[in-house]
Amino acid sequence: MTSQTVQISNKVGLHARPASMLVTAAGRYDSEIIIKNGSRSAVAKSMISLLALQAKMNDVVTIQADGKDEKKAVAELTQLIQSKFGED
Amino acid sequence: MKKGIGVSKGYAVGKAYVIGTDAALRFQETAENPAAEADRLAKAMELSKKQIQEIVKKAREKLDAKNVEIIESHLNFIDDPALTGEAFHRIKQESVTAEKALSDVTRTLYDTFSAFEDGYMKERAADIKDVGSRILRNLAGQSGEIDFAGLPAGTVLFAHDLKPSDTAQIDRGKVSALVTETGGETSHTAILAKALDIPAVVGCRDILADVQGGDTVIVDGVSGEVLIRPDAEAIKKYRTLENQFSQKKEDGKRTAGTKIYSGDGRRILVAANIGGIRDIEAALKNGAEGVGLFRTEFLYMNRASMPTEEEQFRIYKEAAELLDGRPLTIRTLDIGGDKSLPYLPMDKESNPFLGLRAIRLCLQNPELFQTQLRAILRASAFGNIQMMFPMISCMEELERAKAALNTCKLQLEQEGVRFCPSIPTGMMIEIPSAALTAEEFAKQVDFFSIGTNDLTQYTLAVDRMNESISDLYNPLHPAVLRLIRMTISAAHQSGIPCCLCGELASNERAIPLLLEYGLDEFSVSPGMIAETRSTLLQCIGTEGEPPL
Repeated sequence: MTSQTVQISNKVGLHARPASMLVTAAGRYDSEIIIKNGSRSAVAKSMISLLALQAKMNDVVTIQADGKDEKKAVAELTQLIQSKFGED
Repeated sequence: MKKGIGVSKGYAVGKAYVIGTDAALRFQETAENPAAEADRLAKAMELSKKQIQEIVKKAREKLDAKNVEIIESHLNFIDDPALTGEAFHRIKQESVTAEKALSDVTRTLYDTFSAFEDGYMKERAADIKDVGSRILRNLAGQSGEIDFAGLPAGTVLFAHDLKPSDTAQIDRGKVSALVTETGGETSHTAILAKALDIPAVVGCRDILADVQGGDTVIVDGVSGEVLIRPDAEAIKKYRTLENQFSQKKEDGKRTAGTKIYSGDGRRILVAANIGGIRDIEAALKNGAEGVGLFRTEFLYMNRASMPTEEEQFRIYKEAAELLDGRPLTIRTLDIGGDKSLPYLPMDKESNPFLGLRAIRLCLQNPELFQTQLRAILRASAFGNIQMMFPMISCMEELERAKAALNTCKLQLEQEGVRFCPSIPTGMMIEIPSAALTAEEFAKQVDFFSIGTNDLTQYTLAVDRMNESISDLYNPLHPAVLRLIRMTISAAHQSGIPCCLCGELASNERAIPLLLEYGLDEFSVSPGMIAETRSTLLQCIGTEGEPPL
């Protein structure tokens, strides 16, 4: 299993658009991907569960992946969050 | 007549079209053949996707990207593991029908999201329900679509609550007003109605019990009144109001760029009262020359903890930047009275409007007050920001508030944080004692802002929330007008400007008087700016150019 912590740095946090970008990215991998925000945990391939994380700007989330392509999956999702989803 | 909350100004006379509530779709719960149920669900999902794609395509033509995005997100919801994924799972595990599985899952998710503190996430509950009911309708073989394109012009839509996918299809050429039983100032119906610039009344309880499709109805988006099957006289009256309103709006918009000067050559500003950043766009579109009142209460409400300095700073800074050099007047927190905060325990008071509210509450909670003052000061480095204190009743309160402000300035200076040291600092005049001693106050502040809603209630001893005495609430009472006049002349004697930010500033009958008294700035709700400008120009009798 690979895991990585990353700070949400886009203004609105995980609203619909950023969440849907994460879902699309996660969908490209076979690994099971989980994103955690404090005690909440979400399946990265589910937009509804990502929204329910209620992750806001400055929250630190943990990305966990388990599977053949776990390293690449974690790297891409981390990069996407760090890129502020192209905001600003 | 029924009354709700007018969230988008304007008047409309039209024919009612009632959108039914999702009539409880009846269905069998246990499935004999789960595989066939899974297949039915998959087909209903496909159909739902096509319908939403169609809606998105149409919405692109008339809505901004943000509103389209919300509908687009419905496409993601259809395939979502947490929604339909979970439904497939239940069909198999529990041998239930597609309907039973999906409606259970939808309900659970709806309840979860409805319970969230964050307003944006809360609103997503409606989106999930919207998608869930769409698939359910498709399972039942009902399209459930309203033929929006086929609606006749002048339609007034009535609904318990408008679904986001419905509101996205509304065409302002066909729909002239919206009325819903639920919702408040920030509901998506309100936001959309403002964006489309059509009158809307929300929170109009039980209206569906009274109205029938095809009824002639009148919607008064200013007062929040809805008249069903009105008499000919009322129709005539509202037709005239409707025409005047659109005429005024046109006039106001046409002259939006021109500066207004009074007969004696004083520059008159028309500014906006806002409750948050989202109001600024509408304000500027309607020609606001700045913000005369930023009510900061909404930053503090509907949440579990106090907004941090950083959070407030970002909002004030963004507001100032959006205004692009136009003045932004931030009023410090006015809570108490009828508004309370979950994280700030307050004792029950027998007279809350005469109790611990606004500046009194802030002075008793120095930490709360300083957090806001520091945020405002920090933002002042990034735009044309001025600030004012609400509910000042005596000199000591003003002195203490100014002392707190100075403490914050010193702190920031020591920390090396940038701010504008000469940030214009004013006060609200909304208590008779302040109006009567305005001469003394005028020497201590940079500007006055008259709050007529409270000034009226305190002068006349009329609780404005009490419906049984609402006929006594009269902001045009000679006593109130005299206090306003005294305040304006006291301001001018000391050479400071005076603004008025209550509802009176957009009152057609009051505007000529206020002009006469020498008022410098009229601050009104974003929807009333164009109308106020055009009334002012009419009173002055020129296009408002400076006298040569």
